[in-house]
Amino acid sequence: MNSALINLSYLAASVLFILGLKGLTHPRTAVRGNLLGALGMLLAVIATFLYRDPLGHGPAQAIGLIVAAVLIGSAVGALLALKIQMTAMPQMVALLNGFGGGASVLVAGAALADLQVEPTIVIVIATAASGIIGGVTFWGSLVAFDKLQELFLPGKPIHFPGQQPLNLALGVVVIGVTAWMATGAGGHLGAAYWTIVVIASVLGILLTIPIGGADMPVAIALLNSYSGLAGAATGFVLDNEVLIITGSLVGASGIILSQIMCKAMNRSLANVLMGNIGAASAGPAADDVYAGKVKGASPDDVAIVMDGARRVVIVPGYGLAVSQAQHAVRDLMNLLESKGTEVEFAIHPVAGRMPGHMNVLLAEADIPYDKLKEMDEINPSFQQTDVAIVIGANDVVNPLARTDPTSPIAGMPILDVDKARTVVVIKRSLSPGFAGIPNPLFAADNTLMYFADGKKAIVDLIAAIKAV
Amino acid sequence: MEAFVGALTVFVLAIFIGFEIINKVPPLLHTPLMSGSNAISGITVIGAMLSVATPSYLSTTLGVIAIVFATINVVGGFLVTHRMLGMFKKKA
Repeated sequence: MNSALINLSYLAASVLFILGLKGLTHPRTAVRGNLLGALGMLLAVIATFLYRDPLGHGPAQAIGLIVAAVLIGSAVGALLALKIQMTAMPQMVALLNGFGGGASVLVAGAALADLQVEPTIVIVIATAASGIIGGVTFWGSLVAFDKLQELFLPGKPIHFPGQQPLNLALGVVVIGVTAWMATGAGGHLGAAYWTIVVIASVLGILLTIPIGGADMPVAIALLNSYSGLAGAATGFVLDNEVLIITGSLVGASGIILSQIMCKAMNRSLANVLMGNIGAASAGPAADDVYAGKVKGASPDDVAIVMDGARRVVIVPGYGLAVSQAQHAVRDLMNLLESKGTEVEFAIHPVAGRMPGHMNVLLAEADIPYDKLKEMDEINPSFQQTDVAIVIGANDVVNPLARTDPTSPIAGMPILDVDKARTVVVIKRSLSPGFAGIPNPLFAADNTLMYFADGKKAIVDLIAAIKAV
Repeated sequence: MEAFVGALTVFVLAIFIGFEIINKVPPLLHTPLMSGSNAISGITVIGAMLSVATPSYLSTTLGVIAIVFATINVVGGFLVTHRMLGMFKKKA
């Protein structure tokens, strides 16, 4: 296969990737879009395999090595994809981000080891960029994976004295070594490159440990973006357009998702990356907010309120997924609908632990996707809602975000559940959410607190409604 | 330098396409978007394949490991995305 033909197949692959992403703009076309993307990948891989010229000059066993590596990678990938629990999706994506970054580091390093001619300054800088971004992505993603999986590191932000100056110093050193590489590195290009990779690896770890568990959605989205950019940099090294195009698409995607997440928490990206969470001291004390005003409710009390409701909105938080209550919630939805009640779900952008996570968790429980409503779409409808049921969510329904400009969550967009006729909050206790502040919603006149574990609460509620 | 400017043009235009398309993806599908974009970023596998068949043993070794990493992304990414998308059903 000649090089014009192989470049044409890469062009076709790029077009298929773009069409594939375009398919993801609607659930109806998403499955086909994903298949188009896979087809593009197959085309690119087969074309490369048939590209005899470079494959023909290597060791005779090259083809065998390639096939073996592809088989190992496919087996591991398939095992991960088929075994992973939907609640563990953030960990899976973190791992995939890491492998993407790692692959870029290795391919750029391989290109450097196999230089046929003196590299241009552009190629040297692109190689260094692959090493820096890829190294940060690989180790940063492993730390993110560890934090999400709660293996070795605590979910809480890790701070130590001199953290920022150290990061800055490492950044300066990396740029220095890159500059040295660009001037030829005295013939030690390889040594300079791997030095860069080692420093970037340390930097990747140091940059991710101060990010708190609740902020992981932002970190994962950002690392997703980095893995794309590392791939694009490798594309510059190899002068390969399909790598550049794909890397830019993924880079853009990750940046957009991190912005959406930051906006949903009303925090700047810098603030999230430093691991600064607003001071919890601001605002009223929990006792002043709750004393004598919180009304506890039994399943029977809630069932009576639900009886005859025309419209019910369910607000799921991550607590719902933790107690594995998705299927019970689906049963509740079916029961209410059989009584003629309209049921919808209000999904806050940061519900769950990565962008869109809560939607996947509810879809897995066979809840139709047209019932899952975004915040902006459902907020105006709370005034016409008879009962809003909040399960395992706290900060995202705290009206202080709207009313108290001194609150740490001031200005954060929230779900306006307090405007519903009655609010039922299912929660184990009055403990605060990630922001560490009391929630006046729990003490509001129209709120009933139903203290219980999420799943048991819903199961008991279903029994009570059936008995009414 | 000329090749670089050409590559840079492709890079910048592709970022614009990315922003236009990704902004239209609804929050409903943001998780499949992330796993799916991981799958396509496994395209580095083609660079890795080309670096296996070289006279340099270092390049060959790095290439083989890179193929494993990238293929995990490709197969794992597309498959888990497919699995997730299959769960999204409209009201019967």
